[in-house]
Amino acid sequence: MSEPLASSRLGTLQAAWVVARRDFVAVLFSRAFLFFMLGPLFPVAVGGLAGNIGGQVERTAHSNTLALAMAPADAAAMIAAAGATGPRLAASIPNFAAVPAGDPRVILADRGKGYAAVVSGTPAAPRLTGPQAEIDRWSGAVGLLAAQAAGTSRIAFAPVAVSPVEQTTATARTDRIRTAQAAQLLLFLLTMLLAGMVLSNLVEEKANKIIEVLAAAIPMDAVFLGKLFAMLGVSFVGIAVWGAAAGVFLLASGSGASLPVPALGWPLFAALGVAYFAMAYLLLGALFLSIGALASTVREVQTLSMPVTMLQLLVFFLAAYALGSPGGAIELAAAVFPLSSPFAMLARAAVSDALWPHALALAWQALCVLVLVRTGALLFRARVMKSGPARDRARRKGFRIRRPVDTAVS
Amino acid sequence: MSAVPSSTVAMPQARAMAIEAKGLVKRFDGILAVDGVDIAVPEGAIYGVLGPNGAGKTTTLRMLLGIIDPDEGVRRVFGHDRPHEIARLVGYLPEERGLYPAMKCDEAIAFMGALRGLPLAEGRARGRELLERHGMGHAVDRQIRQLSKGMAQTVQLLGTLVHQPRLVVLDEPFSGLDAINQGKLELLIRDLAADGATVIFSTHVIHHAERLCDDVAIIAGGKVPYAGSVDTARDRIPAQVRLETARVEGRWRAALPADARHDAKAAGSHFWYFALPETGTEALLRALIEGEAGVLSLSIERAGLHDAFVAIAGEAAARALEDTKEETRG
Repeated sequence: MSEPLASSRLGTLQAAWVVARRDFVAVLFSRAFLFFMLGPLFPVAVGGLAGNIGGQVERTAHSNTLALAMAPADAAAMIAAAGATGPRLAASIPNFAAVPAGDPRVILADRGKGYAAVVSGTPAAPRLTGPQAEIDRWSGAVGLLAAQAAGTSRIAFAPVAVSPVEQTTATARTDRIRTAQAAQLLLFLLTMLLAGMVLSNLVEEKANKIIEVLAAAIPMDAVFLGKLFAMLGVSFVGIAVWGAAAGVFLLASGSGASLPVPALGWPLFAALGVAYFAMAYLLLGALFLSIGALASTVREVQTLSMPVTMLQLLVFFLAAYALGSPGGAIELAAAVFPLSSPFAMLARAAVSDALWPHALALAWQALCVLVLVRTGALLFRARVMKSGPARDRARRKGFRIRRPVDTAVS
Repeated sequence: MSAVPSSTVAMPQARAMAIEAKGLVKRFDGILAVDGVDIAVPEGAIYGVLGPNGAGKTTTLRMLLGIIDPDEGVRRVFGHDRPHEIARLVGYLPEERGLYPAMKCDEAIAFMGALRGLPLAEGRARGRELLERHGMGHAVDRQIRQLSKGMAQTVQLLGTLVHQPRLVVLDEPFSGLDAINQGKLELLIRDLAADGATVIFSTHVIHHAERLCDDVAIIAGGKVPYAGSVDTARDRIPAQVRLETARVEGRWRAALPADARHDAKAAGSHFWYFALPETGTEALLRALIEGEAGVLSLSIERAGLHDAFVAIAGEAAARALEDTKEETRG
């Protein structure tokens, strides 16, 4: 043997690169990537639609109009009082609609109008008829306006000098929590989309039966790493496209300045966002690949992935819940549990300016990725590469194994 | 300078082994799939692993290549006890063929080469050359999904060879190929061996092994009851004699074994069938002539590998081998 045998295999990283390069190109030009690119449109569209419908329902359900079943002069005085007060007290003042005087219960029963309550009597002695909730809501305002209409009480607004400030401690904290929630939601949506892509990639691999070609040539760790990083690269392409689109939209609409600034500032927060996204994806992807290692068929892969998807939801809820108890045991648990760690730590980056916990968390998450990849590779070698129980088949065929006559191996 | 030709003074050397395995055992979920397999494949040989489906051929090959580890036993490939680490020297065609359907033929070959350390551009160039040489030049830019099964199988085989491996391992390479492509594959295997590569392939078709192999391992029920040269296997079965005599009795009858089968075809013509006695052909001829048997015809046929397989692995294994052939055809 003339050539050195020790170097006769690709290193893990070299081999991972070969796999990643192939997968990256294949996924980039696949339908799955198109779906990934269109993916963010669905929650936006669904959210917008749901908000619109919800608003309409809200408006229909909560009427601000009270019927004035009074003498025309009294009704006019009430409407004039509301007109004079309304601009200053805005939402606290109801809309009035004058109706012919009559039984308030009959007026309320008129489905076509939908009044919240009925004001009858006179401004000096008004009567409010309606459900208890509406009475509680409007009795103060009706009393105030009736007093003004009757001339028993005149409201005089003193001039107020105003000194607006950008933020107080209370608003900053609220804003940062909102930023944290938004970041967590974005991270969750992205990892959900990617998990589907990793799974379909694995299913494709099993269907193509190419996995044994890979397993024979390079270490399984390299196969797993290559697949994970290829998909990560694909997701970065998607994020770059969507990020650029969102940036252009924000700049064009001029609403960028109104976004709440996270505790670590936007540049560092964005950098950590990318790092935690990568970790969240790598952890989940490695878990999916390990599931693929446990499964022998495509159907098994799909069945086994269901609990992981549910786990993903639970992890998201845990991290979201932890936002409400900063520094508490739940936040610590969410930060330590590998799958929820990126979510919890990204939220922390929005509300706290300490940097060292992020270095620690990223190192911990990277270690967990390596452990998962290694475990998945070992499981794969142990469980998938078996061609079936020979003894069972032999028994079915009625084999009789003779005593070995001779072997050529000395 | 010595006047004596070097070949006459060279010391006889033991043949170097491409693969050595001793006592390989593999269990899956507690079920014994391979039970103490011993195999030795000399460098440059064409070696067949012969056995029916479920005999343990694929598991044995996977263990030899380091795709899976044995539960017991040792294996060495080119003297290296971690075969996975010399993957660049090995080409492997698995039984379950697999390629990426969207890849073009030359890309698929280059990718398989890249997995074994061949630069992508060189792999693509070699891939085109190999495709041309094997009559598939027209398909270079076609996607795998556009090829017939046989063509896709050829592409995968070329991908297995593109990095010019020293050891080529083919798991059931003939299955799924028509007779013409089987013939081409036989030629290719011979060419590889002629170029110095060691070829080991598994098969359930005896005549492929018989035509191609220097050595075989017969595997049945996870065990290897025989591993060695094809000639030695065949020599385990005595040659079969078919004798036609004019006479039925005489001194010569003593030279025939007691279990010789006699068949009187017509008056003055008697057929005898028996295994060639251990004394050999010359002694038999002498006894027949000196004993005045009146020999009308005589044929002595050497046993085939099939007979050897039946004798070594048993009737049941031979039946299973035939069943496998039928299943594959079906």
